[in-house]
Amino acid sequence: MCLFLLKRLGMLALTMLVVSVVVFLLLELTPGTVATKVLGQYATVEQQRIWLETHGYFDPAAERYLRWLAKLLTGDLGESLRYKTPVGDVLWPRLLNTVILGAAVLAIMVPLSLALGVVAGMREGRPSDRVISIVSVVTTSVPEFASAAFLSALFVFALGWLPGTSAMSGGFNWRELVLPVAVLVLYDFGYVVRMTRASMADVMTQPYIRTALLKGLPFRVVVLRHALRNALIAPFTVILLQVNWLLSGVIVVESFFAYKGFGALLLEASLFGDIFLIEACAMVAVVVAVGTQTLADIAYAYLSPRIRFA
Amino acid sequence: MRRFLQTFVALRHRPVAVVGLALVLFWFAAALLAPVLAPFDPLTPLKPFAKPGAAHGDALLLLGADTVGRDILSRVLFGARAVLLYAIGATLLAYAVGVAAGLAAGYYRGRVDTVLSFGANVVLSFPVLVLYILILTTVGASGLNILLAVTVASAPGIMRVVRGLTLELREREFVAAAKLRGDGAFYIMLVEILPNVRGPLLVDACLRFGYVIITIGVLGFLGLGLPPPVPDWGSMIKEARQVALAFPHMTLAPAVAISSLVLGFNLLADGLRDLDGRG
Repeated sequence: MCLFLLKRLGMLALTMLVVSVVVFLLLELTPGTVATKVLGQYATVEQQRIWLETHGYFDPAAERYLRWLAKLLTGDLGESLRYKTPVGDVLWPRLLNTVILGAAVLAIMVPLSLALGVVAGMREGRPSDRVISIVSVVTTSVPEFASAAFLSALFVFALGWLPGTSAMSGGFNWRELVLPVAVLVLYDFGYVVRMTRASMADVMTQPYIRTALLKGLPFRVVVLRHALRNALIAPFTVILLQVNWLLSGVIVVESFFAYKGFGALLLEASLFGDIFLIEACAMVAVVVAVGTQTLADIAYAYLSPRIRFA
Repeated sequence: MRRFLQTFVALRHRPVAVVGLALVLFWFAAALLAPVLAPFDPLTPLKPFAKPGAAHGDALLLLGADTVGRDILSRVLFGARAVLLYAIGATLLAYAVGVAAGLAAGYYRGRVDTVLSFGANVVLSFPVLVLYILILTTVGASGLNILLAVTVASAPGIMRVVRGLTLELREREFVAAAKLRGDGAFYIMLVEILPNVRGPLLVDACLRFGYVIITIGVLGFLGLGLPPPVPDWGSMIKEARQVALAFPHMTLAPAVAISSLVLGFNLLADGLRDLDGRG
């Protein structure tokens, strides 16, 4: 177990290193535009040169990268070119907003999709199963920006129940959170439903379930006590891996509803070429992705006694 | 090719798959016949902010016009061209790369496999959209770059599938026989192994195709899609986003278009998978 964690930590560090080098090299392809973006279009060539020089842009790329890496190791994320403040000051509040969004999505999506998946997989082929399966295919087929358009046409334009943007300019307002959460839940829940259904349907054909039914236990007891325990192992890991998808979805939803979160920040930073902010965002993305994968593996081994770490 | 056709004939008993196939064929037809079907030129401004059904000359703007006054119906039809063309191109390229890497990793194993699998893991451990944004904001958004970005992000997944299948297939008798015959590695991979991974890949391809369409739409929506005058569904929604609360028809038409096309591919994939399961 310890060895497994160490291996994963090594993998995480290596992935972060590779990603940060790639990001750095990608941004290196367009060095001249940075000064233009920071100083504005009317800066003279001389002003740009001075700015580039004082910020160390004429040093070799490798040296600048290593300088950034050394600072990162001491916990210093550098300074944002766009916001002209330390990266952390921009990054952490935005990340917190996205965590709120993501937590709300998971809090609704997980119970909903597990329940629907179990109901569908409990009795394969029944009308309830068919309906749930088709609904889940339909909702996963609608991309986030399209369902955002549908939902805002309905609830904002036609019914006028909800605000159309979620900038939270007047402080935190849960009503502004409803549409972004709904869009993400709609797009993501179908996949979890399908996985839960497949897992449940598989368990229901196992001999021990037949034995339990044949010895006269009520169907409800068999499902709740015997089947669920095994059927929920696979969906659980799927849900953890879903966090990765959520991170992509968040970018679209946040920019559609003007929600001030991590996804919108990443997009802004990338469009601006704000190198340290991009690097910080990329590192957060890698940590979240690898972290949830590791957690999924550990949870899987913990829940399923048949699997042990080698 | 005959087996391919037989597969589709066998699908006719599955109503869900038939609906899927119909949706896909509908959009392919729309894309091919766009110049004939479209009532107006998709790029000419006619009547800004026109509501659906507004008259323009003798013809009607059936789905209304956008902020610049371009006919939305014509733009949606021509948009199908752009979307399908780039989705097909990107998917084919991703498959070419993914299949080649998967065959090599699965067949040679050892160091080739380690290097390729590590590369794939790095890409896969990263939220895909973040990757697209990073690539496209630096190299710039253009048709070719979209193809490349989709390939980079999709090929690792395809590679994993092919690698898994190849690892198993390379131990079979017919591969051993080919080796004894003295066939080269390339011949064995392409002629002996590749045909056997076609079945599982067909389902994967349908799902992935739907996903690539979503991706191209998302990129258009984020402003990283095809350059502006080309009508593509994602960027239509982006352009109308600001006024969507007053003129929802501008975002609804492209949203319905992309959703129905992706749904078509997903339903088709479902039908194909069921067939596969039954043998």
